[in-house]
Amino acid sequence: MSTKNEKIALDIEAYLKEHENKDMLRFLTCGSVDDGKSTLIGRMLYDSKMIFDDQLSAAESESEKYGTTGEKIDMALLVDGLQSEREQGITIDVAYRFFTTENRKFIIADTPGHEQYTRNMVTGASTADVAIILIDARKGILTQTRRHSFIVNLLGIEHVIVAINKMDLVDFSQDVFNEIKQAYGELADELGIKNTYYIPLSALNGDNVVDRSTHTPWHTGKPLLELLDNMDISKEIKEEDFRFAVQYVNRPNLDFRGFCGTIASGSVKVGDDITVLPSGKTTKIKSIINAGDITEKNREATTKEAYAPMAITITTKDEVDISRGDMLVHTKALPRVSNSLKVMLVWMDESSMQVGKTYDIKRGTSVMPGVFEHINYKIDVNTYERTEVEKLELNDIASCKMVLTRPIAADKYKENRQTGSFIVVDRITNNTVGAGMIVDVAKREEETKVKVHREYTEAEIALNKYIRENFPEWNCKEV
Amino acid sequence: MKTKEKLTHLKQLEAESIHILREVATEFSNPVMMYSVGKDSSVMLHLAMKAFAPAKPPFKFLHVDTLWKFHEMIEFRDNRAKELGFDLVVHSNPEGIAMNISPFEHGSKVHTDIMKTEALKQALTQGGYDAVIGGARRDEEKSRAKERIFSFRDKQHRWDPKNQRPELWNVYNTAIQKGESVRVFPISNWTELDVWQYIYLEGILIPSLYFAKERPVVEYEGTKILVDDERMPKELREKAKMEMVRFRTLGCYPLTGAINSTASTLPEIIKEMLLSTSSEREGRLIDKDQIGSMEKKKIEGYF
Repeated sequence: MSTKNEKIALDIEAYLKEHENKDMLRFLTCGSVDDGKSTLIGRMLYDSKMIFDDQLSAAESESEKYGTTGEKIDMALLVDGLQSEREQGITIDVAYRFFTTENRKFIIADTPGHEQYTRNMVTGASTADVAIILIDARKGILTQTRRHSFIVNLLGIEHVIVAINKMDLVDFSQDVFNEIKQAYGELADELGIKNTYYIPLSALNGDNVVDRSTHTPWHTGKPLLELLDNMDISKEIKEEDFRFAVQYVNRPNLDFRGFCGTIASGSVKVGDDITVLPSGKTTKIKSIINAGDITEKNREATTKEAYAPMAITITTKDEVDISRGDMLVHTKALPRVSNSLKVMLVWMDESSMQVGKTYDIKRGTSVMPGVFEHINYKIDVNTYERTEVEKLELNDIASCKMVLTRPIAADKYKENRQTGSFIVVDRITNNTVGAGMIVDVAKREEETKVKVHREYTEAEIALNKYIRENFPEWNCKEV
Repeated sequence: MKTKEKLTHLKQLEAESIHILREVATEFSNPVMMYSVGKDSSVMLHLAMKAFAPAKPPFKFLHVDTLWKFHEMIEFRDNRAKELGFDLVVHSNPEGIAMNISPFEHGSKVHTDIMKTEALKQALTQGGYDAVIGGARRDEEKSRAKERIFSFRDKQHRWDPKNQRPELWNVYNTAIQKGESVRVFPISNWTELDVWQYIYLEGILIPSLYFAKERPVVEYEGTKILVDDERMPKELREKAKMEMVRFRTLGCYPLTGAINSTASTLPEIIKEMLLSTSSEREGRLIDKDQIGSMEKKKIEGYF
């Protein structure tokens, strides 16, 4: 019995007490079929006792049918979710897995690594704090490594663990490890990845996954799980500025008008001066309800202060006009407000992105029409070369100028992942066709009007004329 | 500025779930929360009661009653609805009632198809709900690991695993056409351990079937089931023995396996779960039919 299990058996209450105070870490695994990614995840889940006997026996019987590891249980079958994938032997979507240690709960975003699945990787990376990039020790840095590193960096992941896998197939050679480490270091510098960690692994046999391997006495770093368990992921960035997107207006009766939402960053206290954006109206915080504090007996519990990422309800001193999509911020730390934004856009749909076409842009809790007015350049995820293009295809990544029909309060993605990100929704199919990160927000005077190219019907033209002639006070423009 | 405080993992999960519930309430015109009376539903109800406080949840709670649920579940459900004052809707398939469907006679597949899958489709169609909030978790079963938090369903309630919308950050695409709907899973990122710990910390009420007690059980199709009423065939009932048992999941009593256990408190249940070697779905007969059976059921419209 492991020490963990002994503790559980002897004093469950003490164990539960310890686990109340765990924090959470989300990480992404990047690699392709052949890198042993699913094997690594299966290994982590198996070795941390997250795989139960019945799942194991299901994997055993499937190993006979689909397995690729001969006599051994195929760890990959423990995690490859959908039947169609099991038959093809590849992972085609983003899957989320969970395991827990004494210190942390982990959420793994397991994504495929092929170029045609860039959008899946972007999806998985969007919520991750840490990325594990798998490299086959026999092959070293490949084109895909460059691609994975680019996306990881683009999505603002600051910690990258380089897992040099299949070390058993290169006799656990320190030279091989060091060569790859050096080469990756150069790549990380080129991209500006802040923190890198290197581990020699054999996911198949479990070397340096949970326990330190006896095959790599030359490696002084921690095994993978220990590293994940102890790494400091707190950020130095500007996330201390209070940002709160109004999500829902709660008005059960005439005496209560609360603005519900999740604090994106920073903290807020009763009495603080706040500004409502984009309107610019100001008021003070009257009361704060932290939804987490509500109990069956006390449904009116309030708090003096709240911080990210709490889900709260705010009431204000004055009756100012506030609705869903508005951003509440401290009056002393205002973000820029603009309808003109420079963004990095990842295109995720089979139908191509058209410059000038109107899409719905959802940022936080606000949805509004917008257009991509111009593509500055498209960037090749493998070579990092920039090219000029007229439109974007599935999995293309490009710098664009985005113009919205209304101004929004926005931060740069590098400074605030919550308020600096958005999705693009097709107005006809309703599909999520793109994802974007705000790079820069134009100053007020540089804002541009939306140029929508639109064909009007005769009836619409007649209506426009009628309004112009009969209601001149509306200042209606001629179409 | 003072050092940034951090929320524990449970408080982070709680906040994420509340964010999702509020997003549903505001973006859909007629949402409903599935209420199956189990522990996950109890957590969901608890979260919904928090999310909109001091107001009540602005949506209905739907229970699809197969008429073969444990009796205690029904009692528990009605009590909770009365105490908390939420808006409960109960639906059973009238055709199934007319056919007198019984899992003992017709088998688990037919019973589940008619009384659960069909009944659910009927209830959703009748209610005209455009968003259905469910308590499924990604750790429960492999095909669930890939499901989105906002999971799109076509006009026939079908799921297309190969055509899911990308879901990034905490920005959820809630756009649908008339007649289409979404399934929303606010506790997607919770594990079984998280759910139990949260129930323990928050003091959430759950049916006593989860706690070990001497109960009359009988061997049936490889698992132990509870003698819950007279509809169980006599020859089975006669073989019943009193045993210390509890249930890890709650459903239809003829299809839900009991486990031998002495765990009669929440810490003991959690201890048992942590030391156990089989997953919680093992007691559920519907998963065993075939590999990928849950995935098939979902494509057909079973939640």
